[in-house]
Amino acid sequence: MLNIDEIQNGIVIDHIKAGTAVGLMDLLGIAGNRTASVALIQNARSKKTASGRKDIIKVEGDASWLNLDVLAYLDPNISVTIIENGKAVRKEQPKPPKRLVNIVRCKNPRCISSIEEECDQIFELSSNGKYRCIYCEQELQVKPE
Amino acid sequence: MRHLIDPLDLTQQEITQLLDLADRICADPAAYQEVANHKKLATLFYEPSTRTRLSFEAAMLNLGGHVLGFPSENVSSATKGESVADTIRVVSCYADIVAMRHPKEGAPLRASRYSRIPVINAGDGGHQHPTQTLTDLMTIRRRMGRLDNLTIGLCGDLKFGRTVHSLLKTMARCKNVRFVLISPEELRVPDYIINDVLEANGIPYKETRSLEESMPELDILYMTRVQKERFFNEEDYIRLKNSYVLTREKMAQAKPTMAVLHPLPRVNEIALDVDDDPRAAYFEQVQNGVYVRMALIMTLLGLADPKAPKEEN
Repeated sequence: MLNIDEIQNGIVIDHIKAGTAVGLMDLLGIAGNRTASVALIQNARSKKTASGRKDIIKVEGDASWLNLDVLAYLDPNISVTIIENGKAVRKEQPKPPKRLVNIVRCKNPRCISSIEEECDQIFELSSNGKYRCIYCEQELQVKPE
Repeated sequence: MRHLIDPLDLTQQEITQLLDLADRICADPAAYQEVANHKKLATLFYEPSTRTRLSFEAAMLNLGGHVLGFPSENVSSATKGESVADTIRVVSCYADIVAMRHPKEGAPLRASRYSRIPVINAGDGGHQHPTQTLTDLMTIRRRMGRLDNLTIGLCGDLKFGRTVHSLLKTMARCKNVRFVLISPEELRVPDYIINDVLEANGIPYKETRSLEESMPELDILYMTRVQKERFFNEEDYIRLKNSYVLTREKMAQAKPTMAVLHPLPRVNEIALDVDDDPRAAYFEQVQNGVYVRMALIMTLLGLADPKAPKEEN
């Protein structure tokens, strides 16, 4: 088993559904970052998940640029551990953001955001805890696989 | 600046005020014929429309204002690839208020974010049609004398029927209203309306496939057309287009006070012999639509009402 104290300062995003971390890195903006040291662990053994497998992402150094709230939308089981001087100092439970801006695209082909140039993709959290496109009110259903 | 994009942009009090104003206009249209002198309405219709467009134009002309627009969606700048955001910035320089119909859902909302003049959603795809809802509300109130304590049947295409979505959202705020949702399985009311509007607010409703069985309990029957233009697959349209036809025989099962509404155009979902039934209110709706759009234009432009009731001291 890999240990989370392998990095000195940074964060560990743990209990990611196995097979989804690559898509998650896209959504978090990690994939496009050319300077951060990032480790991706796929299909690690897990006692907490039904499949017995999970993905883990570790980011070395300053991780304040990551929008971690989006994790709560993606999967409430994901945990975030802050590492300082080689030790896990605290865990954070991301809260669902009220808005998702340019994180995911609306899948409704009838939505104005599907054709309009420079149109932000905006989803807002509705009263029943689901995200809806502000333009067409289509519910956001597709999560990264 | 106010826009009307979603029917819920208006509070219940504002709706009551609009309907009261529409009633005053209906009672004395001549008193309002110079209210909007020198004001201009731009009609941006990117989708074919007869009633709504003419209704808006008649409303503005009745108020003494002017109308500008383009003759069809094929000659607009949208065909050259202009964005909604750019179009509305330009039109803001030409007119005082704009009515927009667009096949893409959310286009009027997008426009309102870049507009310097009030934007009225005149129908966006299968999403919302708030001025049709105001028309429906005016017709229901004038027919029934109230907007509460009603059992409302909605029949036909409840999935893509934007007038249905707007009416459900708005009437759900009225007291003791119950809905009977009559549609084929494929054209059910979208889940977001069931969950967020009906379930979330504890509004009683039932979904059924049978128009006949529902007739005796209805105070209002809102018929809709299965819209060919909303289908990507013509086979689905052909299979579903004749799902419901309201006939004189079915009307015999209804309450004597029931009102039949339809946003029009109709194809064959209401038999012609129903038109003579005094419960048929759909042509009355068309007339009401002009009055309520006059009231809306006046309200959004902040124009004075020459017949406003004097405030009590």
